[in-house]
Amino acid sequence: MPEIAIRTEGLTRDFGAVRAVDQLTIEVPAGLVFGFLGPNSAGKTTTIRLLLGLLEPTKGRAEVLGFDTLRQADEIRSRTGALLEHSGLYERLSAEDNLEFYGRIGRLSPGGRQARIKELLTHLGLWERRRETVATWSRGMRQKLAVARALLHRPTLIFLDEPTASLDPVAATALRDDLAALAAREGVTVFLTTHNLAEAEKLCGQVGVIRQGKLLAVGHPDELRARRGTPQAEIVGRGLNEQMVALLRGQPAVASVEMRNGRLYIDLRGDVNVAPLVSLLVSAGAEVEEVRKGKASLEEVFLALMQEET
Amino acid sequence: MIADVQTVIWKEFKELFAQRTGLRGGVAGLLVLLAVFGIFMPLQTGRAWVESPAVLIYWAWMPLFFVSGVVADSFAGERERHTLETLLASRLSDRAILLGKIGAAVGYGWGLMLASLLLGVVTVNIAHGQGKFLFYPAGTALAIFILGLLAACLAASAGVLISLRAPTARQAQQTLSIAIMLLLFVPIFGIQALPVEWKAYLVRMMLAADLTRVVLIVMTILLTLDTGLFAAAMARFQRARLILD
Repeated sequence: MPEIAIRTEGLTRDFGAVRAVDQLTIEVPAGLVFGFLGPNSAGKTTTIRLLLGLLEPTKGRAEVLGFDTLRQADEIRSRTGALLEHSGLYERLSAEDNLEFYGRIGRLSPGGRQARIKELLTHLGLWERRRETVATWSRGMRQKLAVARALLHRPTLIFLDEPTASLDPVAATALRDDLAALAAREGVTVFLTTHNLAEAEKLCGQVGVIRQGKLLAVGHPDELRARRGTPQAEIVGRGLNEQMVALLRGQPAVASVEMRNGRLYIDLRGDVNVAPLVSLLVSAGAEVEEVRKGKASLEEVFLALMQEET
Repeated sequence: MIADVQTVIWKEFKELFAQRTGLRGGVAGLLVLLAVFGIFMPLQTGRAWVESPAVLIYWAWMPLFFVSGVVADSFAGERERHTLETLLASRLSDRAILLGKIGAAVGYGWGLMLASLLLGVVTVNIAHGQGKFLFYPAGTALAIFILGLLAACLAASAGVLISLRAPTARQAQQTLSIAIMLLLFVPIFGIQALPVEWKAYLVRMMLAADLTRVVLIVMTILLTLDTGLFAAAMARFQRARLILD
């Protein structure tokens, strides 16, 4: 398998006057979970369709697993699995028949198919219910089955288009855990689109942020936080007041400060020591109970990127 | 590619017999069709069911009816149920998907026609056999076999072509039904509308015509139409268009 699973150069796709994907240039290393983050209509699904060779680019090019999406789409589709916008399951059929169909498509031997179906369904806790028609299943169970289908023929790369969208938090967490375990165990590269930032933070080794078809940032979540997010401190205590806010604003280590619900939220200039700031507050009469220091979350980085571009 | 076509046919049959009402409902629907065309109608028709050359028209028409009941769902139904894009994202080739869909519809329609035909023979023999085995003349049986297959292919190719374009299975079904009705009723009403002397000329010509020759001409026309419609369906089958539609 090539070291780079996905490579795009200036990939662009127009739908009439609308540019869905705009000069997208990314490299996704093999073997990791890549999160493609963006709001609704950002171009995430169109990107997956382009990478699978289901759509032709208006401009630019893309390679998936070393194959050109325009000329070698069949090769790509035979080596990848996909859970697209909809689960794509045949609801009149049983779970077992759904997997049997895609196992046959994946050219697994009859014995190999049965073993693989059992392995995946057992791992996902669905084996006992394999003969039930999919229509009777909950959305969470269907999504799990769709993940099993995507992994069935042991692809080297899988595309997951918002797999936990519209699941309740319990089902989403369960699916996320299963995904992480399966991806690690199978050693596949995962191209995951989501607008769930907590999900991306937990699962992804690298993320790309897209908005209106344009790539805004790409890197490890920690890198993005370091690049975009400022270190922060939260101070809880009694006697905190607006005078203290003004006092802190005068400190060189403080980029900004605000008081909400009786707590101080401070954006720091770099990874500075907050002890002098705490001493300052204490000397001004505050009774400090708790100090929390940390970096901005991926969500804050994401929101900052979205605001920058508007 | 043959294995891929078989895989698509396998799935189509699984879905077909499962239907919305479950396996029992699917099988029950088939049994009703077999009862009507394999028992009721042969009983009504009597010995003519196997002896009259007019049965050729009946058996050539029947697959159109059977196939049109299922083929409209082939692509429009998958699109409606959001399974089409996942299927298109698989490694199956365009040709394998298309041939699989057509093959399943033909297999269903032609298979049902043959089953009705055999059941009809049994029915006629039980009701009117009088100790003698009644069956179609060899030439008629062969013509039924080939005409039925070609008619099933015609309905399947036309149905798939319509289904590729239709936004919903219901719309595809309606369009196909109209097309088949036109195919059946335009010649009937067209002939009725002819002047009397023209009709008389047609009747004289048909009585004088060599039946084998007529059947061969019809077969050639059907084969040409089948090939043309399949080529049109292949040309229409574009993954991007199917997804964006």
